[in-house]
Amino acid sequence: MIRVALLVAAKDLRIELRSRVLLWQVVPFGVMALLLSGLALGPDHAGNSSAGPGLFYLVTLFVALLMINRSQAIEGTPGTKASIATLGLDPAGVFLGKSLALAVELWVTGLVLLGGAVLVLHTALHGALVALPSILVTLGAMSAAGTLYGAITAGGDGSATLLPVLTLPAFAPLLIAGERSFSSALHGGALWEWWVILAVALAAYLAVGILLYGVLEES
Amino acid sequence: MAGDLDVVRLRDAVVLSNGFPLLSGVDLDIPSGSLNVVTGANGAGKTSLLRLLAGLVALSTGTGTVAGIDLIEGDQRQLRRRVGWLGHEGSFYNDLSVRENLVFAARALERPTSDIESVVERVGLAHRVDTTTKKLSAGQRRRLGLAWLLLRRPELWLLDEPYASLDDSGRTFFDDLLGDVVAGGATVVVSAHDPLRSSALRPRTILLAGGRVVRDSA
Repeated sequence: MIRVALLVAAKDLRIELRSRVLLWQVVPFGVMALLLSGLALGPDHAGNSSAGPGLFYLVTLFVALLMINRSQAIEGTPGTKASIATLGLDPAGVFLGKSLALAVELWVTGLVLLGGAVLVLHTALHGALVALPSILVTLGAMSAAGTLYGAITAGGDGSATLLPVLTLPAFAPLLIAGERSFSSALHGGALWEWWVILAVALAAYLAVGILLYGVLEES
Repeated sequence: MAGDLDVVRLRDAVVLSNGFPLLSGVDLDIPSGSLNVVTGANGAGKTSLLRLLAGLVALSTGTGTVAGIDLIEGDQRQLRRRVGWLGHEGSFYNDLSVRENLVFAARALERPTSDIESVVERVGLAHRVDTTTKKLSAGQRRRLGLAWLLLRRPELWLLDEPYASLDDSGRTFFDDLLGDVVAGGATVVVSAHDPLRSSALRPRTILLAGGRVVRDSA
């Protein structure tokens, strides 16, 4: 399973590096969305607003939806799907590999957006660094959930629009816990409790994905 | 009468898609080491038959085995590892190079990557081995498909309209290679609108119409 996961993750990341969609399209989109959020708050309120963590995760959500669609589109053509199916790869390994690749892409994007939040929204650098572990876990859990739901919508009619509808309920607790953890890092408050919730959510999505990804692929 | 060396055995095989019959009662035995061409008009069921044999669609009713694996109760993942599929839509990662695609396939199947050089040489892609797949012509993509299969060495080759987009030299090359594959002991099933060019191959021809076998040269 781990061998297949590393193989699939390396392949997905290589494809992303080659296509440069993350670099030239997704990251600029995220930065622009963050910039617009800063402009919406206005220069006097950006630094003092408690909306920074929420805006960060809102923009991250948009970016994540784009990346999930990209991840599923890699095997999107019927011919490629059939060819890869005849390799008989362990579906649990495929799930872990695609989740890992998506997580790496989201982590990179998240770091850029976090830097953007410090610059544009004047989020405190120290607080952002304290929040970093919880951000990484939140994005990891979003990757696992996104890969799972991406498999459900892949290949269907209107999959690009169906994906947000299905994933938002799954992402909601992650976004809330991530935002609360980020806010606690900035303004004080319970921190470990949110980290535990995020870690449990990550483990739960990974477990469900390992068990069900093969069934979802077949269906 | 079906023999013990049959790679494919289908009895009254029916495949349904949303209630519509793609195959409507196919009886077919394909012996090991044979070359078989499935022909028929568009919508006759050629691709559906190949997809059934590859374990890519489920058997709705009837019985069948492929490479000794039951199509209903057998391990479909194990079945897929034993067949090689070349579809007509293009079957690779477009953003990876020829070499990267083949390395991925080899590692997925735990085969040595050292065979890649000889395989790309065999299919005439040695000069494009580091070219991104999306930059290949349609004919070169077919050759990459063959390289993928040569690397895998499946016991059952399923080629869905492999002659599409091939020029004369490409078709001749394809026929020659299929002859070598069959001589090596593998079984080949090709779907095609036209018969194979090489008279030396003398394939068995199976004509499908309406999801049934209506003529069989065996």
